[in-house]
Amino acid sequence: MSQSSEIPGKTQLAIIGAGPGGYAAAFRAVELGLQVALIDPEANPGGVCLHRGCIPSKALLHVAKLVSEAEESAAIGVAFSKPQIDLERVRHWKDEVVDKLTGGLGGKVAKMKISYVRGMAQFKDARTLTVKTADGTVGEVAFEKAILATGSRPIMLPGVAAESLRIVDSTGALDIADVPASLLVVGGGYIGLELGSVYAALGSKVSVVEMTEGLLPGCDRDLVSVLKRRLDRKFESIMLNTRVEEIKEQKNGVMVTLTDDKQATTKKRFAKVLVAIGRKPNTENLGLDKTAIKLDQKGFVEVDGQMRSAEPHIFAIGDIAGEPMLAHKAYAEASVAAEAADGRTAVFDPRAIPAVVFTDPEIAWCGLTETEARERKIKVKTAKLPWRGNGRTLTLGRDDGMTKLIVDPETDRVLGVAVAGPGAGELIAESVLAMEMAAVSEDLRKTVHPHPTLSETLYDAAAMLFKR
Amino acid sequence: MKHEIKVPEVSEGVTEGTVVDIAVAVGDSVEVDQTLLEFETDKAVIAIPSPQRGKVSEIKVSQGDTVKVGALIMILDVEGDTDNESVKNEASAEAAPPKPEEAVAEETTEKPEADAGEETAEEVEEKTEKEETKNKMVAEDKDSKAGNNDVDLVTVRRGDRVAPAAPSVRRLARDLGVDIYQVQGTGPGGRISEKDVRNFVRVTMQQITGGGSAPVVHGEFPGLHAQRPLPDFSKWGAITREPLSRVRELTADTMSYAWSTIPMVTQYDQAQVSEIEAFRQEYNRRAISENRLTMTAILVKVCAAALKAFPRFNSSLDLASKELVLKQYVHVGVAVDTPAGLLVPVIRDADRKGIETLALELNEIAEKTRERKIGPEVMEGGTFTISNLGGVGGTSFTPIVYAPQVAILGVSTAALLPEWDGEKFVPRLIMPLSLTYDHRVIDGADGARFLRWVCEALDNPLQLVMKG
Repeated sequence: MSQSSEIPGKTQLAIIGAGPGGYAAAFRAVELGLQVALIDPEANPGGVCLHRGCIPSKALLHVAKLVSEAEESAAIGVAFSKPQIDLERVRHWKDEVVDKLTGGLGGKVAKMKISYVRGMAQFKDARTLTVKTADGTVGEVAFEKAILATGSRPIMLPGVAAESLRIVDSTGALDIADVPASLLVVGGGYIGLELGSVYAALGSKVSVVEMTEGLLPGCDRDLVSVLKRRLDRKFESIMLNTRVEEIKEQKNGVMVTLTDDKQATTKKRFAKVLVAIGRKPNTENLGLDKTAIKLDQKGFVEVDGQMRSAEPHIFAIGDIAGEPMLAHKAYAEASVAAEAADGRTAVFDPRAIPAVVFTDPEIAWCGLTETEARERKIKVKTAKLPWRGNGRTLTLGRDDGMTKLIVDPETDRVLGVAVAGPGAGELIAESVLAMEMAAVSEDLRKTVHPHPTLSETLYDAAAMLFKR
Repeated sequence: MKHEIKVPEVSEGVTEGTVVDIAVAVGDSVEVDQTLLEFETDKAVIAIPSPQRGKVSEIKVSQGDTVKVGALIMILDVEGDTDNESVKNEASAEAAPPKPEEAVAEETTEKPEADAGEETAEEVEEKTEKEETKNKMVAEDKDSKAGNNDVDLVTVRRGDRVAPAAPSVRRLARDLGVDIYQVQGTGPGGRISEKDVRNFVRVTMQQITGGGSAPVVHGEFPGLHAQRPLPDFSKWGAITREPLSRVRELTADTMSYAWSTIPMVTQYDQAQVSEIEAFRQEYNRRAISENRLTMTAILVKVCAAALKAFPRFNSSLDLASKELVLKQYVHVGVAVDTPAGLLVPVIRDADRKGIETLALELNEIAEKTRERKIGPEVMEGGTFTISNLGGVGGTSFTPIVYAPQVAILGVSTAALLPEWDGEKFVPRLIMPLSLTYDHRVIDGADGARFLRWVCEALDNPLQLVMKG
């Protein structure tokens, strides 16, 4: 565990927020020889990702996976009795995972001689931070360069009390205080679907309500339909084109008024409601008005290709610097900001930022999507390979999945890859590398892929496009 | 409301032209008569003005596009309901405009699960649309940032084309100050390797230092004539700034290229032109104005003959292949002073034309040039240039060789001077000539011989018949 250091009077680089962006920037900056102060209200670095996001949700999704595999294995001749779920132990195990990782980071921070200040920081002016530590000490830090990495938080429906136990956001849902008999997930995005899957596996009857016409807005429909077919079985109902009109907490549940696209209004009662309608950047209470830093219309800090804000010596990275709000985007931006702060010529210029939805099946994609190609009128050639013919898929007792390869029809260069199926999140990494290296489908076709694995689907998709 | 701007009928017989310059960007507010774009036909360059006040909402063409008369070029958002009819007549042609290529996404069919295992490869052929505005915004953003000018922060490019290069190669390019978008990749699908970047630097440096240059990768590299930072002139008094005209920009580029790559020598001589001038004046007394004989026309003839006698003056240097390119034709360029700047139309096959024909042709071409009614092809292909400042004044000057030509003749004002004929001083009309040549190709003695030949031919025109 790291201990909170004294507030340093001055530092070369002040980093506000110790999530994936903040701690990665700190590590890179120290490597480059900068003296770093890392300021965060938590005892250990980790941010939303480790404390209240990626990591705890994946731990719970692992539990969900075990439950559903046990259930489905009866079909291949291995029957288990209905699992006994010790919620206390599940929660504890999840917390152990989180503590192990954040504690590890705390140790690394101490070892790298980063001064970790547990507290909240605010700009006094463009060169000075006022820091209030967890124990109430107030002090000032003069900095040469600063990196803002304060992240984001879930958006709550207006009028819902923050301490409500029946209407929760992703943070509340991850606490798994109980397994409600019924759960309504408001929002068909990846957070809602992942957490909905967890609760469904634990035994809740899960319903999803989504305002737009499909789940996972922005993702290609053919991939979503692979997921939806399975979710239709796992979830109680998926209500698309439906709006939440009213949400009222009652003694024995939550009364929700819904209006569908035919303007039909229904009232339904749920034991619990999870609101997962998006996240917003944490830009308040930072004293940004004391600086020249500008925010865009959505409230993100405006930055250039080096992640510099309107104050050239102050950088912003991660969720606060714009979509997509993903930890791995923050890591990459952290490197750029730290290097730029050190006077290097780094620029944030990725060819692809992968997106992964950790549902079952998983959906992952990188680069151009078919939808985007159509909207932006970009010429593409696509190959779609259903997994039904893939040996590994069948030996896993599955038959769902799809790999899609999108290439430039003239140069054969890989423009985008999308995968739906178990393990898609792991598979996408190869495609991201292919895109960064400007690979052509011939390269994928001539790379030996291990057999029998799911990765062969990419090889086979490339073979559909490269025939010479 | 939307207002369509189409290519007007410029002049009879003109059915198409090339967009040479787009003066506005999407989102720009434009006034009546403000130039929207410049359109070049084989007859002239015409500015297409805005018929109305409004906002550019769409640009349908891009620079370099060949468009037909009547084709849709821009859509203007016009505030309020103004008299649309008159506007339409002004800007659009009678002829039914060809419908602009409507880019509609070809629906990529989603194969139902029943088809699983069957492979589908689809091609969506669409026209890539350039995202001018996006680029502009990014570029402006970059400019507004202090202290960052040496790093290219533009990560999104025209049509969102990305340079096909691995991250390590992109980093190398940044470190070397190379705009990776100018590098031509030699790998599969145009992939840019580290070697391509290094080669680009080498070629560029060779062009600057003139040391054994390889073929230019991308036409003239505009970064060749780098400028040192300018002081803040307004410190010392009021200033105004005006944009460089296209002609000025090209002249600056051509001149600095020649000046920095060609070792030039200028030689001076004087031609005795009393008799020739007397003949000229006598001739003009009888001639109609179109046939007016100018000294320049005579010089074109004399130089053409001299070029036949000294073929090296009619050559170009090809250092890459270590060869001298000797042209079997004599096309003489004549510098014409126009309101837009210096232009050099070319008289074809001057060696095969009589002085009368040359005079007629020269008068016509000079007039058209002054009115900017000649196409770029008229200014191409010259093998030698004459710059006659005699009409303006001056006793001598050093013209700059017009690369890739190797020599240029400068003509100053002729003056009556006393000449000793052995017994007494006699008045002689003396015309000062200066010859600048590429010393890599032409030795000093040859330069002197060439210029003497010209002078002697002017002194005794019979020489032309004897030798030419």
